[in-house]
This record gives sequence, structure tokens and C-alpha cells, in this order.
Amino acid sequence: MAVEMIADMELVFKYPESLTPRVTHYCPGCTHGVIHRLIAEVIDELGVRERTIGVAPVGCAVLAYDYFNMDFCEAAHGRAPAMATGIKRVSPDKVVFTYQGDGDLAAIGTSEIIHTANRGELITTIFVNNAIYGMTGGQMAPTTLPGQVTTSSPRGRDVETAGWPMKMAELIGMLSGAAYVTRQAVLDVPGIRRTKKAIKLAFQVQLAGLGFSMVEILSTCSTNWGVSPLEALDWAKQNMLPYYPLGDTKVVDEVRALMAKP
Amino acid sequence: MAKELWEGNAAIAEAAIRAGLEAFFGYPITPQTEILEHLSHRLPELGRVFLQAESEIASINMVYGAACAGARVMTSSSSPGISLMQEGFSYIACSEVPAVIINVMRGGPGLGNVAPSQGDYFQAVKMAGHGDFHPIVLAPGNIQEAIDLTVLAFDLADKYRTLAMIAADGSLGQMMEPAEMPPLRPVRPPEERAAWALTGAKGRKPNIITSLYLVEEELEKVNLRLQAKLREIAANEVRWKEYSTEDADLLMVAFGTVGRVCQTVVREARAKGLKAGLLRPITLWPFPSARIAELAGRVRGILVVEMNAGQMLEDVRLAVEGRRPVHFYGRMGGIIPLPDEILPQLEELDAATRS
Amino acid sequence: MAAKGMVIIDENRCKGCGLCVSVCPVHILKLADGRFNIRGYRPVEVIDPEACTGCAMCATICPDVVFTVYRRKMRREPSTAEPVNAKSHTIRW
Ligand SMILES: Cc1ncc(C[n+]2csc(CCOP(=O)(O)OP(=O)(O)O)c2C)c(N)n1
Ligand code: SF4
Ligand code: SF4
Ligand code: SF4
Ligand SMILES: [Mg+2]
Repeated sequence: MAVEMIADMELVFKYPESLTPRVTHYCPGCTHGVIHRLIAEVIDELGVRERTIGVAPVGCAVLAYDYFNMDFCEAAHGRAPAMATGIKRVSPDKVVFTYQGDGDLAAIGTSEIIHTANRGELITTIFVNNAIYGMTGGQMAPTTLPGQVTTSSPRGRDVETAGWPMKMAELIGMLSGAAYVTRQAVLDVPGIRRTKKAIKLAFQVQLAGLGFSMVEILSTCSTNWGVSPLEALDWAKQNMLPYYPLGDTKVVDEVRALMAKP
Repeated sequence: MAKELWEGNAAIAEAAIRAGLEAFFGYPITPQTEILEHLSHRLPELGRVFLQAESEIASINMVYGAACAGARVMTSSSSPGISLMQEGFSYIACSEVPAVIINVMRGGPGLGNVAPSQGDYFQAVKMAGHGDFHPIVLAPGNIQEAIDLTVLAFDLADKYRTLAMIAADGSLGQMMEPAEMPPLRPVRPPEERAAWALTGAKGRKPNIITSLYLVEEELEKVNLRLQAKLREIAANEVRWKEYSTEDADLLMVAFGTVGRVCQTVVREARAKGLKAGLLRPITLWPFPSARIAELAGRVRGILVVEMNAGQMLEDVRLAVEGRRPVHFYGRMGGIIPLPDEILPQLEELDAATRS
Repeated sequence: MAAKGMVIIDENRCKGCGLCVSVCPVHILKLADGRFNIRGYRPVEVIDPEACTGCAMCATICPDVVFTVYRRKMRREPSTAEPVNAKSHTIRW
């Protein structure tokens, strides 16, 4: 019956094969979920699920391996790029990606991400910037905005003592080993669609062997920002977008050629 | 194969290659950098993976990744670098992936110096990282043993899906001796990697490697399984060597380079009429406690000699359970105790235990 | 007139965050009143299935992959066949 009912309907959005059926532990409206889905859709579209190996971070996405329907491991806090390097070097035919938060990538794991990018390691990093340490309950992250109140910057981030928010897409983009680095945002439907394109390109860069690729994604944490999921989208647009401009920070010529292909 | 002259560090590196090492990740630190240097030309020439990492933290996590992918993999370092790797050791132990670690120990604490030491016994044996686990710890006393134990380390790591560590002191890494290399084993082809390894979920359910178990009962179950495995290792893999223990009145216990020095002491003591014997632990974990307890029943006293402030001493005392006096002699700062210093200690033990 | 689009809502995945409600261009989504799903959230509901365009904006922003979306195929010639009247609905288990 159901089949007949939808006979002249076209399926335009379906549950990706690269996700398990599990409902995530993420808070309602948390855009980690959107980013997971985009990665899964891209892996489906590229047809590489059966040769993809993911590396989960320590952070809210620590259980990512429960949600992705593919081989996965869980790294120590900040070390996902090193672990991914180890995997890729001994399994060069596999598609390897890390999924990391801003505390994971831009604080404790700064060294690993910089050197992994600089070596031009053929992996893809999905970097979720929500300007806070989500998992540990909302402490200041290296990406926390000036003046932003967190549980460990109760009077707002004071740049005099805590320094400035780290612009990782710019920093990583400067490294010669990085082939494609971009900053996107999943704060509205057009942004989500652009983010998916960027994630796809990042994986294609890996498949083409062009170098390291990273997509920084501005994401929300309504729980620790103390707003509703809907307000969180606006909060990020108003506060994060001015400091973290969207767009590519590194596109080498070979990647540009890849982009030009239909 | 015939004996050749080998420097300890190069011998360990070459032995790893012979054992089928597929990938090495490491960071330079004296007194073991020759391992990294040897591998930096040998591995690429064999089409295998060599990568100089940005730190020991990165090295061990690269090892962790490659081990998860099912490759034969190792890193090497010396004391301060090993300290940096400890978080990784703990993750590897909990995830139950095989990996080999070479620690060519140097003087500590702190930056210490680059002279030989056994100051990392506690670290290797008792506190290789957070949580309940022990690596298998192998302590070679000469270069042939360093070669053989390196090969064994890979096989044990694979067999038990665990960490195996070579704990050598700096002098072993730097000295030269004639030794025989085993033949070159073929590298395991990627298609033959273990069923648990991350090789892509083709035609099977995804493999997940994690050390996270949020439910208390689940983590306890994991711990119970790890403990059962450790008991199995303790039952099967204790190794040691004995010298003149059959009729000994006085037993020395010493490992690595000091164990070798104590072989000389046994000869000199016997020449002077003291019935001395030596037990040299090869596995520091699991420790040859049962054999030491047995020998303790037959001797008057025990002398532990180490290049530290008395670390293995604690395990000997635990084995002896107070039934015999256990004396200690140790040097620190990178100094190897010499026979002339040790012999008087043995004489003192002899005097103290004559009733 | 048959609906141009159809969404199927896997309601027990829904966390009631309301993001989909805010992006639906024809305003046909709302959170259930006085009704909760298996996880204790007010699940999203379609209030006017006829109006769904199948644009998939809801599915695009949903962090929990609650929606499956169908869109009526475009035809070059007018079909003589009676259009089947497929409508958005919720699946519950
Ligand atoms: C070595 C170590 N230090 C600290 C922690 C505690 N810790 C867990 S998650 C986290 C921060 C995660 O924040 P982020 O990477 O931004 O991820 P999010 O939760 O925001 O997605 C910290 C500090 C840890 N698990 N390990
Ligand atoms: S704490 Fe923040 S980042 Fe973590 S799941 Fe909740 S909303 Fe998402
Ligand atoms: S498909 Fe478009 S029109 Fe239909 S419910 Fe979703 S957002 Fe609204
Ligand atoms: S369907 Fe998705 S976006 Fe809409 S309320 Fe439920 S969880 Fe939120
Ligand atoms: Mg964060």
C-alpha cells in the first residue's frame, strides 16, 4: 500500500545508510546532529562507507562511533589527528576522518592538528566550533568570544588574561600541507547546504590525494549558552559570524580544478 | 645466520624489522635516537612506514591508530618521552590493541641526564598509565637478548592484544657486541589483519575500538576481562635467568646491565669462598615472584642491586614476605654499580646473616 | 488537489527542539500539544499535509533525522491518471 501511495512521488530526503538507527545523546537542537548527518550523506554519496574509518574525539561527540555506521575508534582528548595519521599511514586505501570539537582541536590538540595538516596527511578533519567546552559543562574554550560568559569565565572572557579566540581555519589554512580548508556554519538551511558541499569537497580532496582537508563548522550549544535551540542559531549568527568569517581559507589549485568539475 | 657486531639500539631496531614491523612512529631522545635513525632508512627502503612525529604524545597516538588498523607497530623513547606517552599506554591497554614500546632508560627524575639508569622500573611495571593494567615488561641483559626479546615483544603483544615494553638501560643501547639476527619475517599482508581491526566495514558489522564505558557494570566487566588476561600472562610468560643458584647461600637479584655486572660478582664472590648466586629477571612484569620465594627458602639472605633508589627491591620484598633479610645496593644519576662496590655489600650480607 | 510534497515523521526520534517548525516556509509544522513521545518530548506534527511542498527544509535543519521527504514528480504532459493522494504522516512505535 505504502509503495503504491508514493508511486509518483520522488524520495528527496532519506535516512543515510552511513548512520546507525540510534538516537543521539545530544541535547535537543544541538547541531552536532546536523553535522553527523551531513558527513553520513557525503559518505553515502561518495560510496565509501565500507572503506571509511572515523576517529571520535573527547567532547560531546565522544560517542560518535555509536551513530556512524562504519569502522570507528575513539581517541584521547586532542589526539585524533595523530591517531588518524597512524591509521592512514598503514591503510592508505582507506578514507580516514577525524571529528573534533574546539577544545579538542584548538586547545589540548593544537600541536597534533597543526603537524598533521602540515604533513599534508591524507585525512579529513571535521572541526566543530561551538565556542565552548560542551561536554564538561560550559567552560571557556580557546574559541570562546571576547566577553563571553562561561562557567570558567564568569565575568566574560577577558582577552588581557585569557588571550583571543583562536581562528583555526585561518591558522591551518596557512600551512603548506593543507590543500583545502574552509569555515562554514550550520545555522540555517542555506548554510547547512553549503556546509555539506564543503564536507563533500574535503573528502574528495582526500580521495584525490591532494593533501590535508579541514572543514571548520560554526555550531551551537544551546545548553551551555543558556538559550533555546532556536535562539542559539541567532546567538551564533550575531556573535560568532562577525569574529569567524565564513569561507575558504585555503584552496590549492588542484582543489580548484576539482571544484570546477561538475 | 652468523654473528655480527651490533650496537644495542641498532640491534633492537633491526630485530623489530626482522619481526615484521610495519610502521614506526617516534621522536628523537638520547640515548635511543639510533633506533629512530636506523629505522628512518631501513623502513622506507623496505616499503614500510617511518614517521618522525612532532612529540612523544603524537608518536604514541599514531602507534595507537596504526595498531587499531591492525598493523605491527612500535615506538621507542627514553624516560621523559615515556612519561609523555603514558596516557596513550592506558588507552591502548584498555582498547586491547597490540603495540611494542622500547624504553632505553636514562637518569632522572626531570630532564636528568643521558646516562644509563633503571629509574623507570616503577613506571614500567606499576604505573604505566592511569587505571588498572600492566604492560608486559622485558629487560634484556645483553644485545643478543635485546634482539630476541624485541622479537618476543611483538609476538606477545599480538598474542595477548596488549602492550609489550622493552625496558633497557642506556648502556645497553650504546654498547657493541657480537650477536645474531633472526631471519627477516615477511610482513603480514593487509588482507590478513585481525578480525577486530579497523579495515573498513565491508560485508561485516562496523568494528569499534574504544576505551569508553559509561556504565559502571560494563567498565567493571572490561576490567575483569583485562585482569583475567593479566593473570593468564602471569601464569605463562614469567621469564628469568639463574646463575649458580643450586647451592647458593646468598642470592643476588638484579636485572639488565646490573644483572650482568652481578654475574661477575658471583664469580668473584665464589673465588673468595662465598656461595653466591644470581637471579636475573627477564620479565619485570610478570615478575618471577614464585621462583624468588622458592629460592628465599634456601638462602640466608638476598641482595638486590639496581641503578635506582630501590624499586624492584619492593617486588623482591613482596616475594620474600619477610622470611629472609633483603639488602639493597643502588647507584643513581646514571652510574653503573661496579663489582668492587657490590662485593663488599655481599660480604656484609654474609656477615649479617651468619648466626 | 494532491499535495506536492510529503513528509514522514519518525516521531520517537524527535526531541521537540522546534528548529524544523521555524524553517518550514508554509508553516505547517508545530510541536504537539499535551502529547509526548517515547522520550518525553513534544514531537513535531504536520498540521496541513495538503500544503507540504516537499522542500525538505525541515529535514535539512533537523539534527535528529526525524523526516523522510517525498516530492511529487514533475510531469511534462498532464497525466490522465488520477493523482494518488499521498499525505504526510507520522509513524509511531
Ligand atoms: C586529558 C583530558 N583532559 C581533560 C578532559 C576533560 N574534557 C572532556 S571533554 C572536554 C572539552 C570538550 O570540549 P570540545 O572539544 O569543545 O567539545 P564539545 O563538547 O564542545 O563538542 C574536556 C576538557 C579529558 N577527557 N581528557
Ligand atoms: S552540551 Fe552543547 S554541544 Fe553538547 S550536546 Fe548539548 S548542546 Fe550539544
Ligand atoms: S517539506 Fe518543506 S513544506 Fe513540507 S513540512 Fe518540510 S519544510 Fe514544510
Ligand atoms: S523534528 Fe527534528 S527539528 Fe523538528 S522538533 Fe523534532 S528534533 Fe527538532
Ligand atoms: Mg566545543
